Amino acid sequence: MARLDIVKTKGLSFDYIRRDEEGNVDGIVNALQNVNLSIEQGDFVAVLGHNGSGKSTFAKHLNSLLIPTEGCVWVDGMDTTDEDKLWDVRQTAGMVFQNPDNQIIGSIVEEDVGFGPENMGVPTEEIWKRVEAALKAVGMYEFRTASPNRLSGGQKQRVAIAGIVAMKPKCIVLDEPTAMLDPNGRKEVIRTLHGLNKQENVTVILITHYMDEVVDADRVIVMDGGKVVMDGTPREIFSRVEKLKELRLDVPQVTQVAYELKKNGIPGMDGVLTIEELVNAICQ
Amino acid sequence: MSIIADKISHIYDRGSGNETYALKNVSFAIEDGEFIGLIGHTGSGKSTLIQHLNGLVRATEGTVYYNGQDIYDPEYNMKELRRHVGLVFQYPEHQLFETEIFKDVCFGPLNLGLSEKDAQFRAFDALRQVGLEENLYYQSPFDLSGGQKRRVAIAGVLAMKPDVLILDEPTAGLDPKGRDEILDYIAKLHEETGITIILVSHSMEDVAKYVSRIMVMNRGELLYDDTPKNVFTHYQELEEVGLAAPQVTYLMAELRKRGVNVPLNVTTVEEAAKEILKVMK
Amino acid sequence: MIRDITIGQYYQTDSVIHKLDPRVKLAGTVIFLISLFLGRSIPLYAAGGLFLAAVIKTSKVPFRFIVKGLKAVVFVLVFSAVFNLFLTQGTVLVRIWKLTITWEGLVTALYMVIRLMMLIIGSSLLTLTTTPNNLTDGLEKALGFLKIFRLPVHEVAMMMAIALRFIPLLIEETDKIMKAQTARGADFEHGNLIQKAKAMVPLLVPLFISAFRRANDLAMAMEARCYRGGTGRTKMKPLKYKKQDLIAYLVLFGYLAVMIVIRNVLPVF
Repeated sequence: MARLDIVKTKGLSFDYIRRDEEGNVDGIVNALQNVNLSIEQGDFVAVLGHNGSGKSTFAKHLNSLLIPTEGCVWVDGMDTTDEDKLWDVRQTAGMVFQNPDNQIIGSIVEEDVGFGPENMGVPTEEIWKRVEAALKAVGMYEFRTASPNRLSGGQKQRVAIAGIVAMKPKCIVLDEPTAMLDPNGRKEVIRTLHGLNKQENVTVILITHYMDEVVDADRVIVMDGGKVVMDGTPREIFSRVEKLKELRLDVPQVTQVAYELKKNGIPGMDGVLTIEELVNAICQ
Repeated sequence: MSIIADKISHIYDRGSGNETYALKNVSFAIEDGEFIGLIGHTGSGKSTLIQHLNGLVRATEGTVYYNGQDIYDPEYNMKELRRHVGLVFQYPEHQLFETEIFKDVCFGPLNLGLSEKDAQFRAFDALRQVGLEENLYYQSPFDLSGGQKRRVAIAGVLAMKPDVLILDEPTAGLDPKGRDEILDYIAKLHEETGITIILVSHSMEDVAKYVSRIMVMNRGELLYDDTPKNVFTHYQELEEVGLAAPQVTYLMAELRKRGVNVPLNVTTVEEAAKEILKVMK
Repeated sequence: MIRDITIGQYYQTDSVIHKLDPRVKLAGTVIFLISLFLGRSIPLYAAGGLFLAAVIKTSKVPFRFIVKGLKAVVFVLVFSAVFNLFLTQGTVLVRIWKLTITWEGLVTALYMVIRLMMLIIGSSLLTLTTTPNNLTDGLEKALGFLKIFRLPVHEVAMMMAIALRFIPLLIEETDKIMKAQTARGADFEHGNLIQKAKAMVPLLVPLFISAFRRANDLAMAMEARCYRGGTGRTKMKPLKYKKQDLIAYLVLFGYLAVMIVIRNVLPVF
């Protein structure tokens, strides 16, 4: 049975208008150009691309923070330009941003997680239930009365994720959530996201430029210059090492080693993603 | 010999009962012209350590010598030290403040008391060294891309012509393209000018390609201080302190477990591929 | 030094004071402030000090931590003390060159310092024991009647909460920028007033930019979490008076009564 599309875009284009000091139009930047995508409910989708590729602009469209210049975006069947549905869209596709410090509103972890449900008008008792469940889902329940200022970057970002989870979204969009974290923090966050995806069946749309974070995704979309340039499973994407290098994206070291071996005539080296796969391929 | 740290410790809340060591008995010597990677996870003390090297933070115990002189000597000129030991902080682009890129880079040299003209010469040199296009020099720094802004900020320190350049996580938050550009410029700078460079990072993979010596910090202590190859052979211990060796190190270790006779001390993709090809042929 | 500012900070611990309704604590702070201005006498200040000490003890906030916050305002204290010391007319005690210290000046200065210290400690105790959210909830509720005059009480309260949450971050940031500019040869310590003011530009510009960037990010994050002002909002921790709050009110009014009695019965010194 075909699953529902949680996100669908048709001919999506977005232009930033740059203005000079007097307010005259200085230039137009085509941040997104004719993006056509469908994302299925329950998928873990990674969107890759370097800065300026349009990936963040794309993400902001899923939350009605930006409205298309041309084309359409539907979130769970709702048109994001429909003002009556604005809050429903934001509730359906929750959004997590890059800098954890700048998105935590509360001075206590649990109060911050409760912020979203409070805004939605959820009854008090239900808020407490949601906050508890959300904090448990991201593994931060024991820190519920701590001050966010005392947490590590990875922990803060997990609190931010919990703040979204408490709104019970069908889909979570994360705009480079790991860019400011150290390796430990990055691992924590990615692990948390996979947990949410598997246990709660939440669709995850992860915007990132770290290749090693997308290895376990169901689907990888690569953007460049405002367009979708690659779209497939991680294995399909990573078997095109040359193309990725041309786009100046990182390729995991094992994949690079496999690629070098392939160039030297060793068979079975296509789309190797993990150390285990490469070791197996070599030891055969 | 340029910098010596002699048993330096930095203790917060001394005598309060809950003393915490930001640094604990750290000793090392750095020779002129070295290219060093300083690795540790957040809170390991690496950022505190580098602020000791140019006197921004004072050690509670032990002392630092620069070119043989004790920098805690009351007679010692701290301002002079800061000229010799340039420090680029994390996200340095957040400190830009002038309306023009060029003016911002002149800030350091002018603080040193140089004439307007000399300062401009230096700013020019520094901007060229970080590879910024000339047509951008008189624009506002706030119109640049993240990677460009960071290069301007680095030029701001370079213009002081330091003998030692310390960079705290110069690649944090950049995409792979911006990261490679910055690291390549730093490597080129080291090659061309021969200044001492200390690169602070939490990514072994970034650093392994460039540096000849790695210092690993953990909980305020210096855990390892050796060549990259030797440090990475401790990949299991590194893992325990929340750091990771480059992925190829794990690959080699796995292969050895399966009886493939490859060396463990491999740091780059090219080396790994070469070694594997050797045993496969 | 800049890191020592504890104004607006919350100290996490488990005490009766922490659990009180923020409205009680707001009222308590106001009552305490009023009591300090009732008059000037040793018994009055002693009683005020005793009350404050008792509250600090029950709040379980370490005294050291509170005193740390005072460090930042030492300048204000010294300034007002010196001002009073030298500029009060009366019986001359000592005369050094053109400056005279009078008995009245000494007494006024002493009282002034003690009163200021109690004032600062008393009001910092409010933020130390109340989370910003809780505090603003309290303010919003306590000042709710102003809504009739079309004053945006909720919005103002929310702004306060956010300001309190971002103060520590901005202080940390100031420290960082200051260090970074020092590393570029900037000098914030030496020079005359004009030079010092000029030296602030490289500090203030980045600080403002960063504050605006944070504000921008935060606004976006709040919008993404469906924030749309006070209407239709529910509360995770709605304010309800409990038994302990009534007792606290009784204690507070008892204290105020005692202070008024002391003022009127015991001699003014």
